[in-house]
Amino acid sequence: MPARDYLVIGGGLVGLAIAYGLAKRGLAVTVLDEGDVAFRAARGNFGNIWIQGKGVGKPAYAEVTRRSALEWPSFAREIEQVSGIDLRYSQDGAIFLCFSEAELEQRMVMLAAAEAESDIPIEPREIRRGELRAMFPLIGDSIPGGTFSRLDGAIDPLRLLRALLAAFTAMGGAYVSGARVSTLARDGGGFAAETAAGAFRGSRVLLAAGLGNAVLAPQLGLHAPVRPVRGQILVTEKLKPFMPVCFHFIRQTADGGVICGDSSEEVGFDEGVTRSTLARTAGRLMTVFPFMKAVRLVRTWGALRVMSPDGLPIIQQSQDAPGAFAVSVHSGVTLSPFHARTVAGSLAENDCLPPDLTSSFSPGRFDV
Amino acid sequence: MFKSLVKLPGASITITVDGRAVSCTAGENLAAVLLREGFQPFRTTPVSDAPRMPYCMMGVCFDCLAVVDGMPNRQTCLTVTADGMEVARQIGGPEPSAYLTARGADD
Repeated sequence: MPARDYLVIGGGLVGLAIAYGLAKRGLAVTVLDEGDVAFRAARGNFGNIWIQGKGVGKPAYAEVTRRSALEWPSFAREIEQVSGIDLRYSQDGAIFLCFSEAELEQRMVMLAAAEAESDIPIEPREIRRGELRAMFPLIGDSIPGGTFSRLDGAIDPLRLLRALLAAFTAMGGAYVSGARVSTLARDGGGFAAETAAGAFRGSRVLLAAGLGNAVLAPQLGLHAPVRPVRGQILVTEKLKPFMPVCFHFIRQTADGGVICGDSSEEVGFDEGVTRSTLARTAGRLMTVFPFMKAVRLVRTWGALRVMSPDGLPIIQQSQDAPGAFAVSVHSGVTLSPFHARTVAGSLAENDCLPPDLTSSFSPGRFDV
Repeated sequence: MFKSLVKLPGASITITVDGRAVSCTAGENLAAVLLREGFQPFRTTPVSDAPRMPYCMMGVCFDCLAVVDGMPNRQTCLTVTADGMEVARQIGGPEPSAYLTARGADD
């Protein structure tokens, strides 16, 4: 087989994880990244490694998510060792909080159904008020409980982004910033990318440009109908560590600040913040922890999720342009090991995406 | 160490710093008063317990934090002195329960 060299379009969590996996396996890889002006979900996300509740009724997605979660411990060690960067990784389980008895009951039914569908158990468990209060003495009286899964956890997303870039370059990868791609085209047996930083060529191309995939994919006979879904996040001043595990929307960072995000908004490419949404988010935070009423916020931000019509990944290889691939997901943190190992491994070793993935996650499912 | 270059206008008042009476002028910048008093370190950090002193003196760095009138994490560089104010060194991060009992917690 002749030498293959890759252009990876997009230097966020998805692009860098795949690029790292390819470079580690000896391929020549160039990441073309728009730079810090990009929307970059990796820069605004919450940092959860989240499994419970994902893939209900979609066993293929549940399996991908659960397998990736099981690989996180060794992946974190690997990336920390190669990059020298502490990811602030923890995976001691996490709790999805419920705000009513009815919600808790429904959620346990839903998790039990997901558990029955999957070969990889996460053993979700109901946590009642008494147990919750023993772990969190200051939790609000109105919280009836939540659901615990032992595979959930968190990392610092900015550290992960930086570590993946460092690990990628340590493996000999080339990273070009300021290289927003304007056009992609077939070029002989390979592909040519016109960018703000000049023209690049590769025998293979992988699109991991987040929201940019929607525009770039059709140029190579691919289809990535992703849209932005905004989340707004707030962070408090630093407190003594008081959360033994994180909640799905409240997490104390390794530095002591508490981050809270609990919104999904269809507002196009607007990554701003709004008083109404932040007030509602802060209200939920105060319901969970009434003492938060007196705790000051130090920063807020908005960021755009990369969302497909059904919320599941889109994983595709082009039929029109063999050697062109696209990956669009909104769980860049949880799925990092999956991208670096399963996706990159198959591309490096078999020169294609795993057939089970391209059948389960083909954008053909959106065709009517 | 630090000292005032000029006699500031305003009433002479007394505040308490870690239980010790300190004379200053009403409306003075609290971080400046604490620097003048040799308050060192201002605090230690919530997780690693590293010592901190004021760095920016303009509300950005959050390193000059202290417990002021029972309220943790006050930026002393953005706080002005008032008679009877009680200042305490913040060792490590505040316990969440501190916010429930602090004066002004219901503001």
